[in-house]
Amino acid sequence: MNQLRWMLYKDLLIEWRGRARVAALSTFAVTLLLLFSFAVGPDTDALRTHAPAYLWLSVLTASTLLLTHGFKLEVESGAMEGLLLLPVSPRAIFYGKAIANMVLLLAVGVVALLVTLVLFDVTPRENPIWLLLILVLGTAGVSAPGTLYAGLTARLHAAQMVLPVLLFPLVVPCMVAAVRATSLVLGGDAMGQLDSWLWVLGCFDAIYWSLCGVLFGKVIG
Amino acid sequence: MRKDWALVATGFVLLAIGHGLGLFFVPPEAMMGETGRIFYVHVPTAWNCLVMFLIAFVCAVMVLWSGHPKWDARTTGYVEVGTLYNVMLLFQGSIWARPTWGVYWTWDPRLTTAAVMAVTFAGVMVLRKLIEDPERRATAHAVATVVAFVNVPVVYMSVKWWRTLHQDMSSPSTVDSVMHWPLRTAAIGMLLLGVGFAMVRAELERRRIAIEDEAPELPPVPNPLEV
Repeated sequence: MNQLRWMLYKDLLIEWRGRARVAALSTFAVTLLLLFSFAVGPDTDALRTHAPAYLWLSVLTASTLLLTHGFKLEVESGAMEGLLLLPVSPRAIFYGKAIANMVLLLAVGVVALLVTLVLFDVTPRENPIWLLLILVLGTAGVSAPGTLYAGLTARLHAAQMVLPVLLFPLVVPCMVAAVRATSLVLGGDAMGQLDSWLWVLGCFDAIYWSLCGVLFGKVIG
Repeated sequence: MRKDWALVATGFVLLAIGHGLGLFFVPPEAMMGETGRIFYVHVPTAWNCLVMFLIAFVCAVMVLWSGHPKWDARTTGYVEVGTLYNVMLLFQGSIWARPTWGVYWTWDPRLTTAAVMAVTFAGVMVLRKLIEDPERRATAHAVATVVAFVNVPVVYMSVKWWRTLHQDMSSPSTVDSVMHWPLRTAAIGMLLLGVGFAMVRAELERRRIAIEDEAPELPPVPNPLEV
């Protein structure tokens, strides 16, 4: 646990020192939201209906830039080799990186959510605290397999191309559940379906956070 | 004859018998009529697609466990044949869906999860092609295969977990006894064919890995400024 805390501190410190990156990613996500609305046109009802999908697509697309960049820093300066020489378990390295990625993605998600609510004129019909829980579970679902795949592809020249090819199909169940759950909070949950979609998100997270933690040692070893 | 090619030949013969019986001798299905005969082609493909991915998963675990290149070669073979079966499955399903549902494609949970599974394993194949170092390639390919395998039970259970247009899981117990043997024969033929092809592909990959190990280092690229 102590190792994990230090790994997380290291990754968050690196991101804090280069915090312009999070600002750039948030700007990128907001730009995507604008592009989606330009693509659909000035149909307010259609934009409001599809707002949850635009929100999660922008978060997912921004995640690939975030994930690729995190490992690029380690590989370029040879820091990964130094990290492996330390008496630290690979699981601590993985969970430190995955939690740091999740925190950053969550920050991007919160910015994108606020812009979505304003831009598409959406008012949540259920308690808005659910939106925060969905954001936490959804970004966790992307960051665990994303961190593993970013580690796998870190040394490849085509890393930025391969990561989405591997990651996007894998997180389809997570994205479907996150979009459906967000729609229910924004549009109203008359049939009480929100719980089942939160369960899907929770199960997805539990499977991939445990499986990727076990496999990460093989990836960086 | 080598064992892998013997399996391929036996698989072809059994497949021809199974499909022949299913297409020409068994009475048409009560509800769908002649269209229902795709059952003898589509269902064996679906079963064996999942079987190929299951064997690929076991081989990938063995790569991570033992690190022996033979398991890496086998993983490659079964992932590729599984993906081929998966793509065939989607095409066959579309051919059946057009006269039955009126469309080639619909966003049904079974169809969607099967398509996602095909794209996921295609990504695993792409990853393998991009890594040159044999040891890193074997590990990365095995890890990606294990992670991608999580999709397989989801595809299998999709007709139970969600409301779907697709039929429930097909098995000999869900059809009339006259349809059992054509279905079983085609399924065994498809299995032998898949295993045979995967073994042939694994042997090719094993030889490629061996050649890579023996290949001399490339000479350094001359600096154009010094020439």
